[in-house]
Amino acid sequence: MRIALVDHPLDPTALLAEVADVGSGASTLFVGTVRRTNQGRAVTGIDYSAYAPMAEAEMQRIAEEAAAKFGCTHLVIEHRLGTLLLGEASIAIAVSHERRGAAMDAQRYVIEEFKARVPIWKREHYVDGDRAWVDNAGGAVPAEPDASVGDSTGR
Amino acid sequence: MTLSVKHRVQLFASWSDTLGPTVEVELPEGARVAELLATLEAQAKSKSIKPLPRPSVAVNHRYAKPDTVLAVGDEIAIIPPVAGG
Repeated sequence: MRIALVDHPLDPTALLAEVADVGSGASTLFVGTVRRTNQGRAVTGIDYSAYAPMAEAEMQRIAEEAAAKFGCTHLVIEHRLGTLLLGEASIAIAVSHERRGAAMDAQRYVIEEFKARVPIWKREHYVDGDRAWVDNAGGAVPAEPDASVGDSTGR
Repeated sequence: MTLSVKHRVQLFASWSDTLGPTVEVELPEGARVAELLATLEAQAKSKSIKPLPRPSVAVNHRYAKPDTVLAVGDEIAIIPPVAGG
């Protein structure tokens, strides 16, 4: 089991190789990437930042919970920080297990808990030059006061 | 006489943009997370016309409850809504 925050491009297939084990009948790989639109706005890139010591502690706790719940110890989580461009991977999670069900359940558990709990933030860059903090609940964090009533054209 | 304690607090994302990456907050000894948050929310309100998202508070790298008592030397952080993944 290993978790890491990194500041270089992720190599997801290396993570898959890392969890490989002859005792495992199934390996899963999840890769999260920067998408070109969010909430209808054209995105050009994302800055990821973290409260690193807590993020690492929380990632470790999530990995340990997944191991306890699903019995998988071959599990690696990496998240990249810094400025990412469209299509680049922000997170990669690899899991292997004797059985596919447990591997897939563990992976789903890890990504959902990660998105809800790990103190990492993203600031999206848009085609129009604007930037905004965005949260995993769905939309842009309220960034403009009264202009935000209605829609983003009010700014 | 009530003693007061200065807590150093780390902030992130929109909260850091508004109040800076760290602030010192002076609270009565034995103050709880809820009091810290109320103090910082008042400061943010006076410094920014932007409504900031309601944050969580972490103490020593774990999410803390509103009634968690703050101790001298605790590592305290304001955690705005997270967006990893």
